Amino acid sequence: MTSPGTTDAARAAVATARARPGTVAPASTPTARDDSASGARLATSARRHLLSVADLGRDGILEVLHLADSFAEVTERDIPKVPALRGRTVATLFFESSTRTRLSFETAAKRLSADTMTFTASTSSLSKGESLRDTVETIDAMGVDAMVVRHASAGAPHRVAGWVRASVVNAGDGQHEHPTQALLDCYTIREALARRRSGDAPDDFAGLRVAVVGDIRHSRVARSNVLALSALGAEVTLVAPATLLPPSLEGWPANVSNELDPVLAETDVVYLLRMQSERMQGTFVPSLREYAARFGLSRERAARLAPDALVMHPGPMNRGVEIDAEVLEGSSALVTRQVHNGVPVRMAVLFLLLGAAPGGLAAPEAPR
Amino acid sequence: MSRKICVRGGTLVDETGERRADVLVEEGRIVEVAPAIEPPRGATVLDAGGCLVAPGLVDLHTHLREPGGEAAETVESGARAAALGGYTAVVAMPNTEPAIDNAAIVRDVLALGAGVCADVAVAGAITVGRSGERLAPLAEMAALGVRLFTDDGRGVQDARLMRRALEYAGGLGVVLAQHCEDEELASGGHMHEGAWSSRLGIPGQPALAEEAMLARDLGLVRLTGSPMHFLHLSTAGSVALLRAARSEGLAVTAEATPHHLSLTDETVASYDPVFKVNPPLRTADDVLAVRDALVGGVIDVIATDHAPHPIEAKEEPFESAPPGMLGLETALAVAYDVLCTPGGAGANGDTGPRCTPVELFALMSWRPARIAGLDAAGGHGGPIAAGARAHLCVFDPAARWVVDPSAGASRSRNSPYAGRELTGRVRHTLLGGEPVVVGAEAQR
Repeated sequence: MTSPGTTDAARAAVATARARPGTVAPASTPTARDDSASGARLATSARRHLLSVADLGRDGILEVLHLADSFAEVTERDIPKVPALRGRTVATLFFESSTRTRLSFETAAKRLSADTMTFTASTSSLSKGESLRDTVETIDAMGVDAMVVRHASAGAPHRVAGWVRASVVNAGDGQHEHPTQALLDCYTIREALARRRSGDAPDDFAGLRVAVVGDIRHSRVARSNVLALSALGAEVTLVAPATLLPPSLEGWPANVSNELDPVLAETDVVYLLRMQSERMQGTFVPSLREYAARFGLSRERAARLAPDALVMHPGPMNRGVEIDAEVLEGSSALVTRQVHNGVPVRMAVLFLLLGAAPGGLAAPEAPR
Repeated sequence: MSRKICVRGGTLVDETGERRADVLVEEGRIVEVAPAIEPPRGATVLDAGGCLVAPGLVDLHTHLREPGGEAAETVESGARAAALGGYTAVVAMPNTEPAIDNAAIVRDVLALGAGVCADVAVAGAITVGRSGERLAPLAEMAALGVRLFTDDGRGVQDARLMRRALEYAGGLGVVLAQHCEDEELASGGHMHEGAWSSRLGIPGQPALAEEAMLARDLGLVRLTGSPMHFLHLSTAGSVALLRAARSEGLAVTAEATPHHLSLTDETVASYDPVFKVNPPLRTADDVLAVRDALVGGVIDVIATDHAPHPIEAKEEPFESAPPGMLGLETALAVAYDVLCTPGGAGANGDTGPRCTPVELFALMSWRPARIAGLDAAGGHGGPIAAGARAHLCVFDPAARWVVDPSAGASRSRNSPYAGRELTGRVRHTLLGGEPVVVGAEAQR
């Protein structure tokens, strides 16, 4: 009933509200599937930001995927560029290091003919003690149209969105969400299913069984993917030892298994998450060796997958931990395809946020 | 103070009960309490029509931030905020910079409290620098009148040291107060661990981090026989532990905050660090348990944990912002609404906890006055009778107002109720006969 992410919703939870005697706070159990109410379509709603997959809902996700189909075609051209966002400026603000996501967004912006600016924390005035708010307000004052924000703290893009005029795209916030990763993953699954069925890409994932394996607890990729995949109808199973699951899964539209082996034969997509080896050993798992033995997609395990099962990983990978090199090189692995599809999907997101906004180019040219 | 003041038209609320009466104040003391007093010539008349007239509130848990945190609050600004909230005495927490862990700093803070809008008592640290390693000079501080000792902001992690502290304090007639938080269990947690933290991707701290230390300390009270006070209890599990300890007859007291009576962890979905506090906002079940505990006498006191932070500190992402909320100026309105208002937020169907105004002011005035020793030392907590010091809080339970932190007396603005309309407001506050707040305006 509330749409987390808005201050109003939070304030409404103050129990001094008189409207609902008998409750401590408006009775909303957190539910990971947050569709119609807040799932207004990007381009048609007043919503200017992409902070969570929950902002999109099923219709919004499909709108992005369909538009990405068109942009994918653009990226195949000799000159893979359209003037859709000419005169717009997209700033990438990476307060936490990342290579692929930043480059993917910048490539997407450039292929839409937007100007790009890059901010990285290590070279910024943050090191001179400037606050997050001052930093983003300064960049906003330069007249950027979109800010692509990555930050080590959950909710940082939500805060930024409250301070600036620009549209804000969450490029990964702490352990919370990474919406464009989930969108490109859905796009990649859809593409693979279309190829297999040699037909149109399906908009409905009903019946598709996806196992998300590994460090769910600390993973923003997992949170966004659970929302996106379930919104499209897939059946999601989280596979991890209890130490790597969130403390509560109340309201999550997902099954849980503490072992990988029983799930293998009943899975259409195996989605492997990165083990952050530095902080994992000794507390969350005894060792990477034991983790790999229980949850790694070895050649032997891969052989027990259904013949047409898909294997995915958001990268960067620890070969030999989450996945064997040989499996990675097999035809079922979509890892490179995921990276490839990141560009058209992010083009679609930027276009939907900026293309229809007032003050831009009149009637942005539809890609064709 | 030779000025005569007549508080007219209100309903008196003190330990002796509730009754319609006017109060005449002269020379800082109450000189007459009667149903209808004709104000003497030259007397200032304060209208208390429709109001509850109670002994001034006493806050056991105020962060005045001085010395060291003057950007957030000073003793003077914090005392003014207290007066606006109906408080006539506050206990300043020792987590300043440097910490209040020796007689010299106690004297400094007491000196800063001279002549401000509320009486300021000081809590001393249990350990040097609040570092949890060796005992601070408790006796030296007790000799200056310090009655409460705490490392608040942190709990004393070392069980053996806490045992020694309790044993040592036992001979001094003072009370040790614990911020219950097992730092290993809480480590890295920025909000309550549960459904909301899991969804929001914010590392949580489990309720057990509070309950584990509370359970340990109840055992230490049993072992040492020394009394303890427990700060800002917030979970249903803590309530259950405390209830058992009470029925066993252990010498323990406890407090809960207005925000833990009224807000849940769902508020964090905004990612606004104004809702970041320690202990964190809990679930609806915890909120109801804490309300029940206050109404049922398991928790003795409502204390604010007023914790000012400068604006820029709360303009960081949730995980890097410091914990803490303002409380002094809104505490009574929130508590009255939750516990005393028919149909208010505290109404829990037809079985919800309810308390009378007398019971509410017990939680906020005379009980905390006794725990802090401010009844004998400063005449706080009533009763309202001829001869008593004139510390009075005049509260209009029907007044509606919108919380605007920038208009408040605190130097900080981190109120979780900002922008909300509250019902019930302090109209006048008298400190030792001086009207420090008149018509909801601070007079100095």
